[in-house]
Amino acid sequence: MGLFGNLFKKIGQAMGLTKIDESFFEELEEQLILADVGAVTAMDLVENLRREAKKQGLDSVEACAGCFRQQITELLEAGEHQLQLEPQGLTVVLFLGVNGVGKTTTIGKLANQLKSQGQKVLVAAADTFRAAAIDQLEVWCGRAGVELIRHHEGADPGSVVYDAMAAAHSRKVDVLLVDTAGRLQNKSNLMEELKKLRRIIEREHPGQPGEVLLVLDATTGQNALSQAKLFKEAAGVTGVVLTKLDGTAKGGVVLGIQHEYGLPVKFTGWGEGIGDLQPFDAAGFSQRLFEIGEGEE
Amino acid sequence: MAFESLADRLQNVFKKLRGKGKLSPQDVDEAMREVRMALLEADVNFKVVKSFVATVKERSVGAEVMESLTPGQQVIKIVNEELTALMGNNPSQITNAGRGPTVILMVGLQGSGKTTSSAKLARYFKKQGRRPMLAACDIYRPAAIKQLQVLGQQLEVPVFSLGDQTSPVDIAKGAYAEAERQAMDMLIIDTAGRLHIDDQLMEELEAICAAVKTQEILLVVDAMTGQDAVKVTETFNERLELTGVILTKLDGDTRGGAALSVKAVTGKPIKFVGMGEKTDALEPFYPDRMASRILGMGDILTLIDKAQANVDLKKAQEMEQRMRKAEMTLDDFLEQMQQMKNMGPLDQILGMLPGAGKIKGLKDMQVDEKDMAHTEAIIRSMTPEERRRPQIINGSRRKRIAAGSGTSIADVNRLIKQFEQSQKLIKQFGQMGKGKKGFKLPF
Repeated sequence: MGLFGNLFKKIGQAMGLTKIDESFFEELEEQLILADVGAVTAMDLVENLRREAKKQGLDSVEACAGCFRQQITELLEAGEHQLQLEPQGLTVVLFLGVNGVGKTTTIGKLANQLKSQGQKVLVAAADTFRAAAIDQLEVWCGRAGVELIRHHEGADPGSVVYDAMAAAHSRKVDVLLVDTAGRLQNKSNLMEELKKLRRIIEREHPGQPGEVLLVLDATTGQNALSQAKLFKEAAGVTGVVLTKLDGTAKGGVVLGIQHEYGLPVKFTGWGEGIGDLQPFDAAGFSQRLFEIGEGEE
Repeated sequence: MAFESLADRLQNVFKKLRGKGKLSPQDVDEAMREVRMALLEADVNFKVVKSFVATVKERSVGAEVMESLTPGQQVIKIVNEELTALMGNNPSQITNAGRGPTVILMVGLQGSGKTTSSAKLARYFKKQGRRPMLAACDIYRPAAIKQLQVLGQQLEVPVFSLGDQTSPVDIAKGAYAEAERQAMDMLIIDTAGRLHIDDQLMEELEAICAAVKTQEILLVVDAMTGQDAVKVTETFNERLELTGVILTKLDGDTRGGAALSVKAVTGKPIKFVGMGEKTDALEPFYPDRMASRILGMGDILTLIDKAQANVDLKKAQEMEQRMRKAEMTLDDFLEQMQQMKNMGPLDQILGMLPGAGKIKGLKDMQVDEKDMAHTEAIIRSMTPEERRRPQIINGSRRKRIAAGSGTSIADVNRLIKQFEQSQKLIKQFGQMGKGKKGFKLPF
């Protein structure tokens, strides 16, 4: 039965069905909403399925499963899921996101991963606002064995980025990872600061930042759409890192983000260990979206 | 501004209803569909939405609405009442220990804002004249202890730490003994973020509870949390018997449906809300205010509270006197601007005004704080005489003021014109107050 077998079988059994009817679609919609896909996206997806099922004359749960699996996987597979590194010279990766999503932790993990792939990595501590954020990043850089450019707390993040760019050039670094302070996307002054950081990078190395990654907490609900929209507008986000998938949240909101803003997921975070960063796997992610945990109806 | 879009949607629904003399069952159905969608999009838990809509519908098709002359308003009233009831009817207080320090244990997922909220609580209670102490029990996240220490230093609140090699249970025990010894009356224990399904770390929390008698166990929940909020709260509650919730990051543009879900599913009240990154951005949670805000009726009560905390009453009375006589000067203008600034970011204040969500343009308006800085610079470049009697400002004075404030003559002209207009407006208000017609609220 494939990917969604679990869900479809369960729904089918619960309702004593092998053939699909209206309540089947409703149940499916509910499951999508519970996975944070969002009411509108969920209704659209189910509406599509309903139309397809009618057109192709699908009337069994199995046939519908196949059709739906295709829909979701196609949606998720769109776009470029690999981190785009310059074959020669410097790639700058700028990290953004709201407070507490795991930007610093993700940078630690990614620095480690890139270094083990033989890249020369430098990290810039441009979160100069949160207490002890720089110390936290320093610990991670120590673990990964990469160098860190840091100023003191309260320093201008722009000057940190400027110095980091200069250091990246003189040390002939392959990848520069820039940590920024968490900010809510509706704070216009803080979004202006991001634009400024981007401008500095562009000026110091035309064509960069090659990647601007929005770090998203998988437990976030529909507000993630607003985050994607506003961060994209301000800083030209190129992809998403979805963190905290080791919990019970499904992170279904990335379906809407991919669909509406064309932002592909590039990495997924699965814990606090240095190795807990995975490339995005559309098939595995879709399957998880419909896994029904124990003790749930 | 939390819940903004939800308010917009409900208002759209009820605009349709309001035009009708009587409601048909189809009208109610349509309204309920919109309510359901809006709540789901606001991340209210699916099951909570189901039962909420059912309750509202049941009451809406009942006699109190169908026979009412203003059914639309009745439905709004019912939604408002049910929302308030759902979030708990009364603001909750902190339970205090009979003797010895009151212990507050902070728990939650990673990144929900426990450390920041701990510091905010310490500041909140310190301002009330209490003697809080912070305990650093997050030994896992790099630099978490340092973060709490830095915040404690800023607030001049002692932070108890035994480094990151001692078990959190021992740190908590040690902190309690130390708090007792120093005659502190409150101990706020910051713990590491953990997943509700992480057995080992959940056991650690249980062990802390067994070792130290806690009066409050507060779950810190990110207001942006989606459907999972219910599962997280349920699990923490089963293992720890929570006493309440702190909802953080509510200064974002999230609609904050998690607030509705958490109370409804677990019965635990939301005690505080975090409204910003600075340590003073913590407010008690008022369910009725939040319900009004959801319905776009404005959060006028919070606004009044803010005004009272930040506006000098005597100065305000003097200014009112002058305003009544239409004698407002540019000095008053400056004063007012400063008081507004003290109350917080302007867009937040606008969000609290009744009907502000409905005014087109205002909703998405970015209030430019820089504009205010320019205005301030212009006024400060005037002589006292010019501020009192702007009419004496002639061409050469304009030139001097523009140069002094680093703006252009056009900017100076604009400000003077604005000021004249507002003076006219105040005159009109003054006359209106004498008549019988007062202000009308949107509902």
